[in-house]
Amino acid sequence: MTTLHAHDAAHGHDDHHDHPPHLAHHWDNPKQQFEAGKLGMWLFLATEVMLFGGLFCGYSVYRHNHPEVFAYSSHYLNTTLGATNTCVLILSSLTMAWGVTAAQQNKIGLLKLMLVLTLMGAATFLVIKYFEYTHKFHEGLFPGIKFYEKPGEHSHMWVNVDSAPPGAAEHAATTETAPAGAPASADQLHAASGGAAPASAPAFEIQTVSITPGTGAALPPAEASTVLPAAAGPAGLGTGEAIAIPEAELLRDRHPAHMQPLQDPTRPANMHMFFNIYYMMTGLHGIHVVIGMIVITWLLVKTFKGQFSSEYFTPVDLGGLYWHVVDLIWIFLFPLFYLI
Amino acid sequence: MTTLDISKPLHPTIGEDNYLTHTRGILSWLFTLDHKRIGVNYLVCVLTSFFFGGMFALLVRTELLTPGKTIVEQDAYNQFFTLHGAIMVFLVIIPSIPAALGNFVLPIMLGAKDVAFPRLNLMSWWLWVTGAVFFVGSLFTGGLDTGWTFYTPYSIDKGSAMGGAVSALMGVFILGFSSIFTGLNFIVTIHRLRPPGMTWFRMPLFLWAIYSTAILQVLATPVIGITVALLMFERTFGIGIFDPKLGGDPVLYQHFFWFYSHPAVYIMILPGMGIISELIAVHSHKHIFGYRFIAFSSVAIAIFSFLVWGHHMFTSGQSPLMNAMFSAITFSVAIPSAVKVFNWVATMYKGSISLNTPMLYAMAFLFIFSIGGLTGLHLGTLAVDIHLHDTYFVVAHFHYVMMGSALIAMIGGLHHWWPKMTGKMYNENLGRLACALVFIGFNVTFFTQFFLGTKGGTRRSWDYLPEFQVYHIISTIGSYILAIGFFLTAGYLIHSLFRGKKAPANPWGGRSLEWQCASPPPHDNFATTPTVGDCYDFSTVEWDEKQGTFVVHGEGQPSPAHSHH
Repeated sequence: MTTLHAHDAAHGHDDHHDHPPHLAHHWDNPKQQFEAGKLGMWLFLATEVMLFGGLFCGYSVYRHNHPEVFAYSSHYLNTTLGATNTCVLILSSLTMAWGVTAAQQNKIGLLKLMLVLTLMGAATFLVIKYFEYTHKFHEGLFPGIKFYEKPGEHSHMWVNVDSAPPGAAEHAATTETAPAGAPASADQLHAASGGAAPASAPAFEIQTVSITPGTGAALPPAEASTVLPAAAGPAGLGTGEAIAIPEAELLRDRHPAHMQPLQDPTRPANMHMFFNIYYMMTGLHGIHVVIGMIVITWLLVKTFKGQFSSEYFTPVDLGGLYWHVVDLIWIFLFPLFYLI
Repeated sequence: MTTLDISKPLHPTIGEDNYLTHTRGILSWLFTLDHKRIGVNYLVCVLTSFFFGGMFALLVRTELLTPGKTIVEQDAYNQFFTLHGAIMVFLVIIPSIPAALGNFVLPIMLGAKDVAFPRLNLMSWWLWVTGAVFFVGSLFTGGLDTGWTFYTPYSIDKGSAMGGAVSALMGVFILGFSSIFTGLNFIVTIHRLRPPGMTWFRMPLFLWAIYSTAILQVLATPVIGITVALLMFERTFGIGIFDPKLGGDPVLYQHFFWFYSHPAVYIMILPGMGIISELIAVHSHKHIFGYRFIAFSSVAIAIFSFLVWGHHMFTSGQSPLMNAMFSAITFSVAIPSAVKVFNWVATMYKGSISLNTPMLYAMAFLFIFSIGGLTGLHLGTLAVDIHLHDTYFVVAHFHYVMMGSALIAMIGGLHHWWPKMTGKMYNENLGRLACALVFIGFNVTFFTQFFLGTKGGTRRSWDYLPEFQVYHIISTIGSYILAIGFFLTAGYLIHSLFRGKKAPANPWGGRSLEWQCASPPPHDNFATTPTVGDCYDFSTVEWDEKQGTFVVHGEGQPSPAHSHH
């Protein structure tokens, strides 16, 4: 019987002379404490899965509602950078697992090396992610309402059907057959894009889109080229089948690599749907990577203080579990956004 | 061997040192790692919130005394019912039983010194406080008038919904993590800190209920976390996920919201059911009837709770097939609920019932919960729900379950464990009187609303047709009786802290481990890990006139104490 303490309550929990220093007062032995920590971490990881689960669910719903948006918008993500990041994270998972094994075998020097490598992997991931985000911002693909600023207020933004001027619906009939590729429209395009996208905008033919009366909004012929149809509404409310959406393949052929995404008049409406879910999911994942870096740094400090050994490495083990789940979530995010 | 004689209090130093006097100073409470003090901290916070939530309820009821304006205009009224609902749900009922009473009782029932992760436990409480601050912050950032459900598109419309929504949503997000960590802590505690001899089927039923609740807290709460986070971004940046103007789907918000908030209903009621199992067995001095059925019915309710969220959305335009499926699964929740009620009644049958205050609350629960549960079947029936949707019938139904059942159970449990927590006895006769007032006041308030609802009285309305006034007047009078009952309760409980008789270790004749340590318990609860037998075997419990407490006769326990060391 190793745990029968004769101390009375007046002494509290300050006299555990027969305990290892890392054993808290309410545990009988280190094994019990280790197992509890492990169970707690697995439960926490279950909450993480549910947290991201909500977002994955949202992703499924909107990909189902707006398939054309996802097919088109995905091309603006840089697959090379995404794939590089995937490799970086998988490698950092390897070094983390290696570190845990090192701790179990009491190879503290190896543990230090592996934690440093893992930390560098996390940092590399975030740096690459930073360049990806800033590139998107540069192209005008901000998260949120920025997509909707009216032309004039912001240089190269395109107006959505919802913000069409009042009374536009009267012209619906003429819009149906408007020759959207007319030179006048191209000029209009340049005017709307203002100074931010100078004459480098390529000459292209604009796919004729039909706007059904059901969407309730259209513009006079002269402005037609700047207007895109709203995509299908929410499930159950939508007028989806009535809208003629250019086929995704056509869009792909038509999309020159150097074109600013928001200057492509053939882009499907509601493109923000893709990018907002992208920012939400990768952003939340990025926050988790930052938390992971804090945890690994804390583990490193404790390792350098000599607090871990093959006798006690619970925090390394638990931190490793967390890091693997962060990696795992990215492994789902990468194909869902980059490889559509 | 750690077998010990539980006929004697386990701790030799009763009266000299207990968790209340162990250390002194306000900081020793704010940063305590002792589960008992954290439980008391929660209790103080929850009861304070209960006071404010109740005040908003009285303002709502008073405003509804006459059609049109009685005391305030529409906008203020909208804030009153929103704050009443939001405070009562997020700050009072969800944390009340698990975080306040559960924190205090659970480790002691297990014979443990503390919960598995004491620091995480303290963090949960601080998260609760932070969340509550954000909630209050909504009052200073423009007010909150969305209803506690934050339905889109109203809640994302900056033109009409008030500005406090973001602050309140942040509060919900933080409170969610408080709840998650409490649940996580309890699951690990129950798995890893049960004493030798306490197998799963020897645990007090309160622990089964807390365990089932904790599973819901861990698995459902993250979803409300991400939902309110998306809603915050939607309102601040316009990401379009829930906004129909930007191509989003407001009904998706309802799915997300109820995927958490329906399990949350069971996060509220399951611990209450656990308390009732304890109260009825202890105060009937009779072995609980159908132990395994009650235990498994808690788990069954927890599982069902994930599959019925759509019954909040019968009129949202979801497909008839989904409606039919959600309706059918909703009906099946009645099975485990009824299993519990029948087993409680069977436990009372031929028991030696002491009509103590906690027992009176337990009996009030049986009556009120039966009505609340059965009216749930009306609402689960598709055709009837179309008629009753958004009427006072719904209000009456969920108050019968959430207030009349979950909160009544919490108040009953508070009376049951009050002597253990404070070491003081309250005035029993005042307790019975207050219980009667609460019971009468509650039923006058809310039974009336069933009639009001079936006649078409719409909920959340500031104005109403003159023919509904008689129901509103009766309901408001009932709410005043209810308030008197609660103020009386607060009065004699606070009085007992200063003038109450000293409580014995075992005032009710309980058999579970918390009654085997002193009142109030010492800092470490038990000097050694105790061994346990059948916590519902009351045949050996007898009143000892000399010591003024119940004692358990017979040495040791029948169970061989297989030491796990």
